[in-house]
Amino acid sequence: MHTVSDAPHMPRSRRVRKPSARGASVALGIVGILVFLILWQSASIFGWVNSKYLPTATDVLTMLGVQLGEGRFWVAVGETLRAWSIGLAISLVAGTVLGLVIGSSRFLRRATHSTIEFLRPIPSVGLIPLAVILFGIKLEGVLLLVVYACFWIILIQVLYGVADVDKVAEDTAKSLGLGTFARVRHLVWPTLLPYLVTGFRLAATVALVLAITAELVIGAPGLGSEVANARSSNAITKMYALVLASGVIGVLVNLGARAIERRLLFWHASVLREVSA
Amino acid sequence: MRIMRQLAFTLGLPVILIVIWWLATLGSTSFFVPQPAQLAAELVNVWLGPRLLEDVVPSVVRLIAGLALAIVVGIALGLTLGTVRWLRRLTEPLFEFLRAIPATILVPVLLLIIGINDTMKIAVIVFGCVWPILLNTIEGARAVDQVLTDTAKIYGLNGLRRVRALVLRSATPQIMVGIRQSLSIGLILMVISELFASTNGIGFAIVQFQRLYQIPEMWSGIVVLGLLGLGLSAVFRLIQARVLFWYYGSREGTGDGA
Repeated sequence: MHTVSDAPHMPRSRRVRKPSARGASVALGIVGILVFLILWQSASIFGWVNSKYLPTATDVLTMLGVQLGEGRFWVAVGETLRAWSIGLAISLVAGTVLGLVIGSSRFLRRATHSTIEFLRPIPSVGLIPLAVILFGIKLEGVLLLVVYACFWIILIQVLYGVADVDKVAEDTAKSLGLGTFARVRHLVWPTLLPYLVTGFRLAATVALVLAITAELVIGAPGLGSEVANARSSNAITKMYALVLASGVIGVLVNLGARAIERRLLFWHASVLREVSA
Repeated sequence: MRIMRQLAFTLGLPVILIVIWWLATLGSTSFFVPQPAQLAAELVNVWLGPRLLEDVVPSVVRLIAGLALAIVVGIALGLTLGTVRWLRRLTEPLFEFLRAIPATILVPVLLLIIGINDTMKIAVIVFGCVWPILLNTIEGARAVDQVLTDTAKIYGLNGLRRVRALVLRSATPQIMVGIRQSLSIGLILMVISELFASTNGIGFAIVQFQRLYQIPEMWSGIVVLGLLGLGLSAVFRLIQARVLFWYYGSREGTGDGA
């Protein structure tokens, strides 16, 4: 924090980066990744960790390249993304509809509070045995876990969003004679959208984690079960490569969700500030 | 009267749901859905017996150890990265990537490197829980009020003392947000880490019940997980109220303290 270049009177402007500073930042980031890879490589070569259990970074990256050329890998990725997208879509629709219904009535809000607070903390992975018994190793089992985890996130965000509607604006809308539908469309929806989009972004990440976890544990086809197979067939390098691949997919989901957030909320203050800064 | 109304609102829906459930399973011998009384009985029989010591305690101990480590590592690393800009830039893309790897998928990897033991289970919890704490600490440390920083500098507060007296304190509300997020992640990882070649723990017990088709016992395990989640967030709220009492005090009346 000894940098004199930080403008002391404009805390926000600290995020402004000149193009050259941005380049330096990217370069440093790449150096960071390289340092990590070198440490990994050394750990394997010099035997800090038994190299039987930790293949070298170069071997794993090569294997990742091989995997990218194989149909089986892409089928697994497709299965995972299918469970991810269907689960996310169900949670979004169910969470939004229920959230709007509950959120628009004070009575319902109060009456459901304790139930929601009890059901929400149950970790969705606790339902794994239930999913296995009900659905076996099919897609539905994965979906049960994904939806259970994501539904609550969306529901809570929608409840917060509905509660955030400006009281004065609502009274104004009422006295101007706006009907229920028009109020939802012009008042509740714009207030709600930022909350909903944040919920979507959080849920998108959680859904991916749970889809992969469910596949790993239950054995439903997908990236997770490929990792489990690689492990049981002692294909250690492949297992590491698949773990890296799951990280890449995770990063892409994050970036995608953030891009959607910026697109949908281009008019909202939080995004405007980010862009101008 | 107000208390009665509050009580009615709190208990109303749960009671209605349980009655519906009771009526729906009345006289049925459904294999998958136990009756409420049966479930309650299992809850007491199974979990208040020897399993309390054999499964619940080890799980909770590992969870707390993992969370504690994640909190210490997350805050220490977060304060460092939040105050040293070049280090932050060096590690940002790497951490962005590592964070995106689902922590659960690391269970097979850590199983190989560390082996089947408590260290592996705790390592999984730490790896998953550290990210929200780390990122929130970095954000909190970066957002320290500039005037306060300048004041601290003028008064000669430097190095560790400034980090402790100013940065850590300013970042605490944000850090608590991170810790709250990590609680539910920790619970998930606690369960998952017990599913692989484990010999005890709540997750282990639930899967064992499932394999033996002891369905009511399995359901009771799921309820135990829910209760654990509830208990965890209650304890967290207590701690947060203590740690952040000055923060709520300073925000009183702004309606922003909730």
